[in-house]
Amino acid sequence: MAARVPSGVRRRLVEGGAVAILEIDNLTKYYKDVRALSGVSLKVKRGEFVSIIGRSGAGKSTLLRCVNRMIEPSAGSVRFDGTDVLGLGHRQLRRLRTRIGMIFQHFNLVPRQSVLENVLHGRLGYKNSLAGAIGLFSKEEKSAAWDLISRLGLSDQVHKRCDQLSGGQKQRVGIARALIQNPSLILCDEPIASLDPGSAKIIMDHLYGISREMNITILMNLHQVDVALKYSDRLVGIRQGEIVYDGEPKKIKKRIIAEIYGSEAEGILMNAETGE
Amino acid sequence: MTVPLEIQRISRRKRLATFGILVGLLLFTAVSSIVTQFNFVLMFSSLPKAFFWMFTRFAPGSRAAKALPQIIGKLGETVLVSVMATVIAAALALVFAILASRTTRPVRTGSLVIRGIASFCRNVPVVAWAMILLLALGQNSITGLLALLIGTFGYLTRAFTETIDDVAESSVEALRASGAGWLSTVTRAVIPSILPTVASWMLYMVETNIRDATLVGLLTGTGIGFLFDRYYKVMNFEVAGAVVIGIILTVIVVESISNLLRRSFL
Repeated sequence: MAARVPSGVRRRLVEGGAVAILEIDNLTKYYKDVRALSGVSLKVKRGEFVSIIGRSGAGKSTLLRCVNRMIEPSAGSVRFDGTDVLGLGHRQLRRLRTRIGMIFQHFNLVPRQSVLENVLHGRLGYKNSLAGAIGLFSKEEKSAAWDLISRLGLSDQVHKRCDQLSGGQKQRVGIARALIQNPSLILCDEPIASLDPGSAKIIMDHLYGISREMNITILMNLHQVDVALKYSDRLVGIRQGEIVYDGEPKKIKKRIIAEIYGSEAEGILMNAETGE
Repeated sequence: MTVPLEIQRISRRKRLATFGILVGLLLFTAVSSIVTQFNFVLMFSSLPKAFFWMFTRFAPGSRAAKALPQIIGKLGETVLVSVMATVIAAALALVFAILASRTTRPVRTGSLVIRGIASFCRNVPVVAWAMILLLALGQNSITGLLALLIGTFGYLTRAFTETIDDVAESSVEALRASGAGWLSTVTRAVIPSILPTVASWMLYMVETNIRDATLVGLLTGTGIGFLFDRYYKVMNFEVAGAVVIGIILTVIVVESISNLLRRSFL
């Protein structure tokens, strides 16, 4: 794999310093005539925990999916670890995606399969068609899956079918599936939006631990400002497809939150502790 | 307070529309019965007589008992043909549904073509397929099998396509995002997700095909349909009645078996 990293990246890594792992420049996305993103630029450092906040429909989800091209952007550029993502062919894109994990609001597991099987799905990107199709996994992969499953506190559920798990447990399977890819970036699309507060806290704590201990970059869409303020290194506010705030969580002003959320702001501001 | 008034007006309009449709339907029925000289009174008054005639003439007796082995043989043949048509059609439909579904299609145009073909197979009635094939292949059981197969293929392709979009869309998204290839995604995520629904549709189609096979058999001169036709035309109502009872029993038995199976895996 190492040989495939473009030489420019290696040079910059050697030079050291806080290199941006993800550089989004002037990203624009149109759905037919509707503009979902307009000229979004964002640099994310390796190991950073970045939350994107905004109302539903502000373009958060589109932005996240443009990073791994689950949605094709209309214009702009995305560089991941020095690679020009938008210039990649089909095969190269698949290879790039193995290094980017993704976690979803609705978990997106195969409900009728076991926890172990679902976690191992995260390895399919590394396999050729035949080995993937018949589900041929190595001993190392299985033991890695087992390690992740126990680390996320699911050892008792390992052979349970995923449709028998609670929401919080399902999301932990989702996290394990992303981690087994060995990613350097995890995209989280509203990971706690369909969970109760207790499970939501467990999931957020796991994700926070992952970013700190494994130095994995986290880019997360969130609806809940208080959660974003508590866990993030950096906060990005999006309104109508444009970035209206980009900076430390502590420094965001109530006025800006109100601007991001418009009429929804009232309830959100009640539990948010901000500067000013 | 303009809003409640608006709502009132809309609900009044809705009530009027419902009333209008009812009156229209009644008028339509009245006109049709005059045109076709259909007499409702006569229909209801002759119903008891018709049933009496049916029960006396069709009640199976000794002649029916003698024909019993033949009836059971033909019933078995009909069931087997239905199962075979369903299994082959389902295998084909599964492949085509994967190529056609929004979630898993490799190319968009192929998907549209398959949807078109499946819709055509489905919308031409099975009996019409039997007649078309009859001209090409003659009166034999292959003709009936093919007619059932084509109709079932059209039906199942559509059902499977929708099932894939319903059940597998989210897990397919997750696997694609992780860099998994098309084939692994289909075999690891799509097929395990849709399997119970696929099996359930297949059982349903076996049941439907047994009913259709009876009708198709009349045309193709095979199976239980032909047996009924033969005895009915020589006015041997006793055996014909036994055939009908046999069909009803078979349908009930097959349906209970398939319900049992369905409960065991859903």
